[in-house]
This record gives sequence, C-alpha cells and structure tokens, in this order.
Amino acid sequence: MSFEAVIGLEIHAHLRTASKIFCGCSASFGAPPNTQVCPVCLGLPGALPVLNRAAVDAAVQAALALSCSVHETSVFARKNYFYPDLPKGYQISQYERPLATGGVVELGAGAAARRIGITRVHLEEDAGKSLHAGFADSDRKTYVDYNRSGVPLIEIVTEPDLRSPADAAELFARLRAILVWLGVNDGNMEEGSLRCDANVSVRPAGAPALGTKTEVKNLNSFRFLQKALEHEIARQIELVSAGRRVVQETRLFDAASGRTISMRSKEEAHDYRYFPEPDLPPLVVDAARLERIREAMPELPDARRARLAERYALSEHDAAQLTQSRAAADYFEEAIAAGAPAKLAGHWMMGELARALKEAGDDIAASRVGARALAELLALLDAGTISGSMAKTVFATMYASGRPAGEIVAAEGLAQIDDERQIVALVAEALALHADAVAQYRGGKAGAFGFLVGQVMKAARGKANPARVNALLRKALEPGP
Amino acid sequence: MPAQLTSDDVVRIAALANVTLDPREIALFTRQIGELLAYVEQLQQVDTAGVPPTASVRRGAAGASADRPDEVRPSLEIADTLANAPDADRSQMEGGFFRVPRVIG
Repeated sequence: MSFEAVIGLEIHAHLRTASKIFCGCSASFGAPPNTQVCPVCLGLPGALPVLNRAAVDAAVQAALALSCSVHETSVFARKNYFYPDLPKGYQISQYERPLATGGVVELGAGAAARRIGITRVHLEEDAGKSLHAGFADSDRKTYVDYNRSGVPLIEIVTEPDLRSPADAAELFARLRAILVWLGVNDGNMEEGSLRCDANVSVRPAGAPALGTKTEVKNLNSFRFLQKALEHEIARQIELVSAGRRVVQETRLFDAASGRTISMRSKEEAHDYRYFPEPDLPPLVVDAARLERIREAMPELPDARRARLAERYALSEHDAAQLTQSRAAADYFEEAIAAGAPAKLAGHWMMGELARALKEAGDDIAASRVGARALAELLALLDAGTISGSMAKTVFATMYASGRPAGEIVAAEGLAQIDDERQIVALVAEALALHADAVAQYRGGKAGAFGFLVGQVMKAARGKANPARVNALLRKALEPGP
Repeated sequence: MPAQLTSDDVVRIAALANVTLDPREIALFTRQIGELLAYVEQLQQVDTAGVPPTASVRRGAAGASADRPDEVRPSLEIADTLANAPDADRSQMEGGFFRVPRVIG
C-alpha cells in the first residue's frame, strides 16, 4: 500500500522591536541573564501589560504579506500552563479571535504550483529560557533566564496542505524570506528568533480521512525540518503497516541521531483553559491604520521578482536569484540607476560579486563594492575601455581596496588598447614575424588564425580589444587587390 | 441544564491548577464550585442580545491610548530582580539566574 503524508507547520517568529510586547524592557538578544526584566515580564502581582504599537504594526505587515484578512478586532487570551520559564503561569496569546486568518503562500510555479493555506497569524509573548545543562548542579537544578519573557512573537499556522518534507522545508524557507524581506524578523534560527514545529500524519494514498498526527518540535533549520519529517513519516508508515496505531503526542527531533523521540507528558498538560485576557482591551486595527501599514510596506518578493523579470527581460532563474533578498534587489536596481546595463549587472552580481561576498563572508548589504562602484566598472567594460578579463582583475582590486574602478584602471595602466592605428600596427608586426602561419591560413588551415590572434594579443600584453583585433586581422589577411 | 459538577471534575481542575486537595476539600469545593456555576447559569438567562461581550474593563483614562510606543525603558537592577527568589545563582559576573528544581529528565 502506498501512503501519503499530511503536514502542517507552526512558525514562531520574533518581531524586531526595540522593546518587549507588553513592557518597556529591551527585547534584544544576548544580554546577561535576567538584566532585561521588570515586574510585567516577571509576572509580579499587580503589574499590568500595555501593548507595544510597533509589534502590532509588524504583525499586521506579516499577515498582509501572507494574504491574510486582518481583523479589525482581535482579542488577547491567557493560555494557562505551568512551567518555570512562564512566570505568570500563563502566556498572553490570542485564541478565539486572532489578529488575522485565511492567507495563502504559493510554492513552485505554473502547473506544478502548490497553494499552501495560512490558517492564522496571531500575536503572543515569548516565554523565558530554561537551562538544563552546563552548571555544577545541573543534575538537580534548572536555571531560568527571563530576558526572553515578553519578547513579541507572531505565530503563523498553516493548513495541513503540505504533502512532502521537501515542500515543508521550502515553505519554511519561503516564510523566513518573506519575514526577513519585510524587516519584521531577523531570520536568525540559531538565536531562536525563528522556530518551527510540524504536525504530521500519514494515510493510505487517496484516503479522505486524516490519520492520527504527531507534533514534532525543535526544528531550528530547514534541513532538520526535512530530516525530522522524513524520519517521522517513515516511523508512522511502519506502525500503520504493521497494523499498529500512531499515538497522538509531541515528539522532539534529536539532530544527533536523526530520529524523533517521544516527549510524552501528562494528558492534562494540553488543556490550556484559554480565556480572554482581562488586563488588555481588545486590539483594534481600524481601516485607516491598516491602510497606513499597507502603504509603508515594501514591494513583496513575488511582485518584485515579476516586475524585474519583465522590466529588464531577465530569465526566471536570474530574476529569482536577484530577488533572494531585498538588499540584493535594491543593489541590482541601484546599479542600473547608476547606468549599469541590466543584463551585465545581473551577470556580475551572480558571478564575481557573489563569489567575493561568499569568500569574504559579507552580506550584500555590506558589500565592499557598492552598487554605484560596480556600475562604474561595468560602464568601463561596456564601453570597451577594459576587457572582460581585466574587469575581473579590477573588480578583485576594488573589493580588496575599496578604490573606484576608474582610478585602478588609470593607475595600473589597464585601459584596453582600442585605437585602430595601434592595433593595425600590431597586426602588421605579427604578420611579418609569422609568414609561415599566414601561408598556412591562406592555404586553408583555419586554426592558424587563432595562433595569429594570440600573437597580436601577446604583443599588446593582453590589453588589445579582442573583437577589434579579430576584425582587423581578418581584414589584413584578406587577399590583396 | 448542564451536567452536575462532579468530584472527578474538581480533581482534574486541581491537577491543572497544580494544587493538591484532600478528600474533605474535594467534597467542599465540589459543592462550592457547583453553587457558583448554578449562579452563573442564572445569569445566563438574562437577554444579552445586542450587548457586546466584555472581556476586559480596562480602558485607561479618557483619550489615553490603549497601547504604547516602542521605547525601551530601564529594567530592574539584578539585586531587586532576584530579591524574592527562593533560590538563585548570584555568582554570575553580570546578571544572575533564578534556580528551580530540575524540570526535565
């Protein structure tokens, strides 16, 4: 029997605000433990939460980018459970009335496109961090740092529309790219500012009913997500094929063994007894505010890719490459605005620039050769002042030194010999020195032409314009009148 | 009329709330919570059609906004933060940890 997997994701993303969601403590990562806490995020009696406006704006942007309907009124709710990293005994989240619902993300294109529904996007606070290892008494004690308690989060829940681990990983990557593009999340999975849980079940291919699902946690990379799902699907298929049943439970992915492990806890742990948060009024995002947020949003990745592809006649592949990040797309358009030919700019960004950035470990936003500097180099190349191979040398010097292209070309005498009289003289010299090759060529041996081109280039120390050398040499070799 | 609250319900709620009850308390709270629910049932007979649900009565002063700008304000000093902690690690160079009995494994 063949089986089909049914997968849905839950993504938690920190919102890039300066302060926490319900108090003025810094939301930054990496401070000494418990130095960014106050009565609100420690859950001290009498402390009252006050909502951070910027967190709402960021969450609304994310919801709009995922084509969700943003509801004018949403309601915060208490999710009750006991764990030391949750000082109040409840997490402030949204439940019955979330910020936004009913979005969609499209994977792939054309006939192979898959539409993945976005069930909801809601706002909530993060919990603190429990440390179970690394201290002398870690066998008996858990250490708790509340700096993360109250950092603003959005939770994005997808419909169970995914059918393969590869698609799940692709969707996670797409969601990350969109959030980073918007600037609402920093995309840093090592620091936990973007986290993913997956719900997965299997059923006989074509069966209408869903199988029993498990929830897999701790999937902090695209690769882990894919590997964990592959393992979990295989495990479930094995169970079902053997006539046994899948137990609904939470499982933890262990990266070292590549397996998922049951983290069964007491059944009642899943009864969160949600109720509306009495300490916060309903969140109202009226039409005017929604419009302001929409207007402040950058052009989204899909729209920008389509626009660049059409406007600059780029291939689908090139357009996708050049819009991998907002910084890359900005760089491309800035170079064009500074006079670089579009095709050449794209080609160089994906070639020399990408290589140099990778080697130096730089992000394109911090490139040592800016878009305008690259445009200057490409103008010299396009005008024939320097050859393609020289341009690569100049680029390397630019990246290492930060000097502009024109200055390097002038200082190092790299300008291409493009003067017709100079090249004619070089050609004449080569023909005189290599009469035998000339004779071979005239005798029908076409290969001798390449040899003669090489001799002219050698005499010009590589600086002659190759196209012009070709043309003038061919002309000189034509039978005389 | 909903089913009567049972002592099993009370035991379950107590477990969720992380409190231990003795049999005498279970009997007492089964009766008391049952009475509260009966009172709520009475309230539910009031016609509230057209009355918006009131999840929160917090509105702030007239004209004051219900939210705040994204500005960082000073946090507590570490000594104050850990002052009431039953157990803490204060040996860190900077900051410190709350310490609780090990919660996993």
